Amino acid sequence: MNSSVSEASLELDYRELDRIIGEDYQNDKENLIMILQAIQKTFNYLPRPALSYLAVKIGVPLSQIYGVATFYSTFSLEPRGRNIISICLGTACHVRGGDRIHETLVDQLKVQDGQTTSDNRFTLESVRCIGCCSLGPVIKVNEDMYGHLKPDEIQSILGRYE
Amino acid sequence: MIITSTKDLDAIRQSCLSRLYTPEGVKVNIGMASCGIAAGAQASYNRAIQEFSTKQGITISQTGCIGFCEMEPLVEIVAQGKPRMMYHHMTEDKIVEAINGYLVGDYHKKWILGQMRDPRNLLEDQIPNPQDKIQPAEGFPFLEDIPFYAKQVKVALRNCGYMDPDSIEEYIARKGYYAFMKALTMAPADIIKTIKTSGLRGRGGGGFPTGIKWESCAKHSGDRYIICNADEGDPGAYMDRSVLEGDPHSVLEGMLIAALAIGSKQGFIYVRNEYPLAVKRLITAIKEAEKIGLLGDHIAGTNFSFHIKISRGAGAFVCGESTALMSSLEGHVGRPRAKYVHTVEKGFRDGPSNLNNVETYANVAPIILKGGDWYASMGTANSKGTKVFSLVGKVINTGLVEVPMGIPLKDIVFGIGGGVPRKKEFKAVQTGGPSGGCIPTRFLDLSVDYQKLAEVGSIMGSGGMIVMDQDTCMVDVARYFLDFLKEESCGQCNPCREGIKQMLDILTNICQGNGKEGDIELLEELGTTIQRFSLCGLGTSAPNPVLTTILYFRDEYEAHIRDKKCPAGVCKPLFHYEIDPEKCTGCHSCAKKCPQEAITGEKKKPHQLDQSKCIKCGICYDTCKFDAIVIR
Ligand SMILES: Cc1cc2nc3c(=O)[nH]c(=O)nc-3n(C[C@H](O)[C@H](O)[C@H](O)COP(=O)(O)O)c2cc1C
Ligand code: SF4
Ligand code: SF4
Ligand code: SF4
Ligand code: FES
Repeated sequence: MNSSVSEASLELDYRELDRIIGEDYQNDKENLIMILQAIQKTFNYLPRPALSYLAVKIGVPLSQIYGVATFYSTFSLEPRGRNIISICLGTACHVRGGDRIHETLVDQLKVQDGQTTSDNRFTLESVRCIGCCSLGPVIKVNEDMYGHLKPDEIQSILGRYE
Repeated sequence: MIITSTKDLDAIRQSCLSRLYTPEGVKVNIGMASCGIAAGAQASYNRAIQEFSTKQGITISQTGCIGFCEMEPLVEIVAQGKPRMMYHHMTEDKIVEAINGYLVGDYHKKWILGQMRDPRNLLEDQIPNPQDKIQPAEGFPFLEDIPFYAKQVKVALRNCGYMDPDSIEEYIARKGYYAFMKALTMAPADIIKTIKTSGLRGRGGGGFPTGIKWESCAKHSGDRYIICNADEGDPGAYMDRSVLEGDPHSVLEGMLIAALAIGSKQGFIYVRNEYPLAVKRLITAIKEAEKIGLLGDHIAGTNFSFHIKISRGAGAFVCGESTALMSSLEGHVGRPRAKYVHTVEKGFRDGPSNLNNVETYANVAPIILKGGDWYASMGTANSKGTKVFSLVGKVINTGLVEVPMGIPLKDIVFGIGGGVPRKKEFKAVQTGGPSGGCIPTRFLDLSVDYQKLAEVGSIMGSGGMIVMDQDTCMVDVARYFLDFLKEESCGQCNPCREGIKQMLDILTNICQGNGKEGDIELLEELGTTIQRFSLCGLGTSAPNPVLTTILYFRDEYEAHIRDKKCPAGVCKPLFHYEIDPEKCTGCHSCAKKCPQEAITGEKKKPHQLDQSKCIKCGICYDTCKFDAIVIR
């Protein structure tokens, strides 16, 4: 991963940050988790400078913000790929062969959980139950859900994303 | 308009009834919960809009999940004076054909799940039933008579699939907010008494009596908070999602009634990150309720004020635990704390806080409207009312089912669920998620309630029911749950953090063929220690899946350890696939699908499988229709 490269070249949009922190969440530290979610949504991950800026704005020590950002599994401190693949490893998907789907993805993307392909095309993330257990095994690519999956369908699904 | 009395509700209700039950023209209701959308409902919806929205007299609308997820996308078509028809497995092409067919009275038999006799819920008693006068269509079963629905009784799910979740008018038309109006006229103590009489127990896992919780919260002074736990962390469970997506107002109404009973001005709903659609529908519901004065300041023209705020989780299972959830609500890391002081006394912002599960709140309004005795008349001695289960895994009719407590397990798995697909053998049902256990075949007659489940070493939990068949390895399932819990442990206490890891290491070894004599005993010992010395429910219940699988499936553990075999064919180092030449018809389907080209053979003659090429992906095993691929 080339996080240092993209970090250096990243121009933070502070007006956008102000909008999120100040307008949407009233500089309220009780909203920290949702602010982080909004920042991640904007930048696709949590850029270091954004967190420092946030620490000052809401008056929470940076260490504490990092504590929160690393405790919760949805936060990423590194840039992620253009497409996020979430594979469900919930129980219902597991007993219906979710592992095989997982293996196939790891095999075809050549990355492990939480990693991004070298061309930045995909990030693979595992999640615990998306709540669509009736369709298991399930994966989600960005907002698109694919259910009743078989390992041999993975390739063509990946092909749909640039 | 601001609602100030039941009369105001009546007015809205009357103006909306026909839209719900006897629409002018034709109405198409498409099941648009996450599960339906994932199955393709959005495409059907878009296509229906594109094709029919400009045509006079055809309304395309959305509903939540009606429970029969296996059959999704589900679409209901109704017109005045005609039978209501429910179509299953709709696609964008089929839906156009289905609607066109319906218009001319030609119902596509193969696509129809059934006709709906009466889509009204248990709260409605006064409106005439227009459906009574309609000649049923010959040859189509009624939905309530098909095995999946026959034994269900819907209280918490009363509206899911029967109304547009984004429409407060439709909720009111289904007698929504009437219970709240009634509660406004009751003394708080009487509300609590009604809930106590009902015997309602919390549906979030622990089963704590709701009325008693409300009562003790109301006793403490300070700003009191009403919190809804919509974290639904148990993998394999999605009843809370379905309620939030299909009937968000029922949760708001339950919280409003709790606020009246306890004396609270502020409510929070903590929704897990994986449920964006639930959040969207909740936001709409809150706005709509505020608009007509059912949320906000001076509700219904009284001195009662109540605000609800939504907070989103960020992917931590432990945040479902009450103290961790409140800490997370405050914007902190979600670590549980010891409950020397209960959260009903000192919880969120150190104020008295009442935390209940989504389904718990969804049960409140009907209880207030129909009385505690009515609710208590369903169920068993210690478990009243109904319970929603998500019936998933290796079962034919997967979906969401609500049944009276005390129903035999068999009736759920085989009656409603239709049993195990592909003629495989049933092995166990897992209930209660990572805190629960596996229930083997011999307990299929068990009547499902809190006590009976506990007697066999499992729990009700939040209601996930995962059916397992002969191809499920119980050692692997135990390993799976520990792996989950190792990831999710917050790490602040030793027995949980270290103990789970130790148990997981042992199980991983066993699954890889490196199990040793004495491992089973060591697992039991570790398990008991973790149970006794962990701080929160995650640690104290973590060993349950392991201990129950040892209790009921010790032979599988022994096969892994002594014979180095995985009888279910899951643990890869411990089995291989072979072709049974007696059974192989030489159909060649497996060979065509094998990604390794490991299978060869002439057509119509028994095939060969080259072990050195095989990666045990199992595609051939799933493909062969003749059971000729065998696990050895
Ligand atoms: C580790 C852990 C996770 C939990 N997760 C949930 C959850 O996702 N949803 C829930 O309603 N309750 C969950 N609970 C139970 C809650 O702590 C709490 O008992 C419940 O929300 C109370 O509501 P009820 O009385 O309506 O059941 C969890 C408990 C523990 C120990
Ligand atoms: S038992 Fe586990 S999850 Fe619970 S507080 Fe202790 S370490 Fe954290
Ligand atoms: S298990 Fe997979 S690799 Fe092995 S023979 Fe069957 S299809 Fe081929
Ligand atoms: S699918 Fe079954 S029957 Fe057909 S060739 Fe393969 S093993 Fe033989
Ligand atoms: S277990 Fe995969 S969606 Fe629930």
